Amino acid sequence: MAWAALAVNWLLRPKRPQVGDQRETYECGLKTQGPTWVQFRIGYFLYALIFLLFDVETIFLYPWAVKFQVLGLFAFIEMLIFIGILILGLWYAWKEGGLEWL
Amino acid sequence: MLDALLSSWGLPLWAVTTIRALVYLLGVLAFVFLNAIYLIYLERKISAYMQQRLGPNRVGPRGIFQSVADAIKLLCKEDIIPREADKWVFLVAPIVIFIPAIMVYAIIPFGPGMIAADLNIGVFYFLAVASTTTIAILMGGWAGNNKYSLLGAMRTVAQMVSYEIPLVFSILGVVMLVGSLKTSDIVAAQKEIWFILLQPVAFLIYFIAATAEVNRGPFDLVEGEQEIIAGPFTEFTAMRYALFYLSEYTNLLSVSALAVTLFLGGWQGPWLPPWLWFIIKVYIMILLFMWVRWTFPRIRIDHLLQFNWKFLLPLSLVNILGTGIGIKVYQALMTGGW
Amino acid sequence: MGSTLTLVAFWILFVLVVASALAVVLLRNIVHSALYLVLSFVGVAGIYILLEAEFLAAVQILVYVGAVSVLLIFGVMLTRRGNIRQSNLFNAFSLAAGVVSLALCVLIILALARTPASLPLGSWPVDTVGALAEAFLGPFVVPFEVAAILLLVGIVGAILIAREVKEDK
Repeated sequence: MAWAALAVNWLLRPKRPQVGDQRETYECGLKTQGPTWVQFRIGYFLYALIFLLFDVETIFLYPWAVKFQVLGLFAFIEMLIFIGILILGLWYAWKEGGLEWL
Repeated sequence: MLDALLSSWGLPLWAVTTIRALVYLLGVLAFVFLNAIYLIYLERKISAYMQQRLGPNRVGPRGIFQSVADAIKLLCKEDIIPREADKWVFLVAPIVIFIPAIMVYAIIPFGPGMIAADLNIGVFYFLAVASTTTIAILMGGWAGNNKYSLLGAMRTVAQMVSYEIPLVFSILGVVMLVGSLKTSDIVAAQKEIWFILLQPVAFLIYFIAATAEVNRGPFDLVEGEQEIIAGPFTEFTAMRYALFYLSEYTNLLSVSALAVTLFLGGWQGPWLPPWLWFIIKVYIMILLFMWVRWTFPRIRIDHLLQFNWKFLLPLSLVNILGTGIGIKVYQALMTGGW
Repeated sequence: MGSTLTLVAFWILFVLVVASALAVVLLRNIVHSALYLVLSFVGVAGIYILLEAEFLAAVQILVYVGAVSVLLIFGVMLTRRGNIRQSNLFNAFSLAAGVVSLALCVLIILALARTPASLPLGSWPVDTVGALAEAFLGPFVVPFEVAAILLLVGIVGAILIAREVKEDK
């Protein structure tokens, strides 16, 4: 029961500052201005992709780190293999110039 | 104490927890707002002294009310929405950036028992919530319909996602030593020795990556004035701009607080009350961030990203490896075998 | 009382997830679609929290809201052309898309039907993070390493495509 209340609060929490801040904003006048800008395209995609790769890695690394002292040496080696495979990806990106600024 | 008081009024348990959470929320909000406003003043003063200027000195003694005056000024400013802007995204972006900035404080232990939610996943919660800031910045940059905004936002997000990885990996070293993600456990584990001594490399990586995460100099490309005006925030005015500005300092405060929790023993210290120790340590961290900001020149975007991927990330992986081997060797020495 | 609150929270989240998912499909501006997709991800994370899978919720936020959405928006920025306000229109593929979606839906319902509706109470561990570690480093170590290879293949493929795009320019 305590947990359910917490969950609802979790939902409530982010919404609180909105109300206060919004009210403050609306005491001001409204006026539009600004020239038209055209949109343009950028290739930041690769960085985001390599980031995603390592982000997914972290979700495996954290449980491993928590249990690290309990798990044996074998788990350590398993994780080394896992990281090693992903470092291969980083190395490939590095070699192919994926890390260079476009 | 609060629990007992509320229960004595005959309120059911769920109401008690709700009210307690609300009280914590208000407390955190007040703490964060006051500190953020004070930090803006502090930063202006420090940068002034480092550049042999006087800084704000007109409003109140030594200009101490300057930030308050600025806040009131911003409150009274017109709220300008550019005609070409994507209106709804524009309206929502400043709010979205503030949600994670406040939510992360839930797991910061200000003192023994002074924690809003001691979650099992503690530190991981912090990282997850903090990672959503990128969306708010993208929204802000996109909605303005402004070249500078969009360029600034894209650069900032590329920077933030890149440095998030070393940040996450540097914290792993601490988690391996503690064997728990709970922030209270992490603080308790530092009773004997602060983790900055056991994990100096991790602390360094955390410090660099955190500087980049909160977009502070020398990594403050988000507002490289000479190139892209104010980056994603160019089109924002009045309170909307103030919200971005405030969230920046709120984030500075939260990464400093997390650094204290992870590496500097949290609220632990002799003689003084724990919460005072915590504040003192947080301010030491913040002064360190400010010192760095006003000492180093801004780094170029390509150097910035290459430094991250080609130096910081491999270094943080080596740190994890070293920590792992260290723990195993230590265990072997203690127990006399694997 | 607690269960009522959970139920209310669930229905709020349910409406949030479904409404934002519909918005993803129906809105004309593809950037808005992407943002509603993020909102839908957040809603799913909320449902995970209701299921007491805190770690999974954090993973959902970290990976989907923090990373996948950035990837999506960068992808949109990379590929879009023409008027952004009319970038996510219905097109001739709607029939094929409908068939695929229906097939997927049937598949999911079948999978749901095969799963026992209720797990024995008290069997789930309190320390989900630790249990996860023991699971994927113990009995599920092969899928775990295969996941790494899958990620590697993904990155290599993306770099190959990106290199071709670069050379075309």
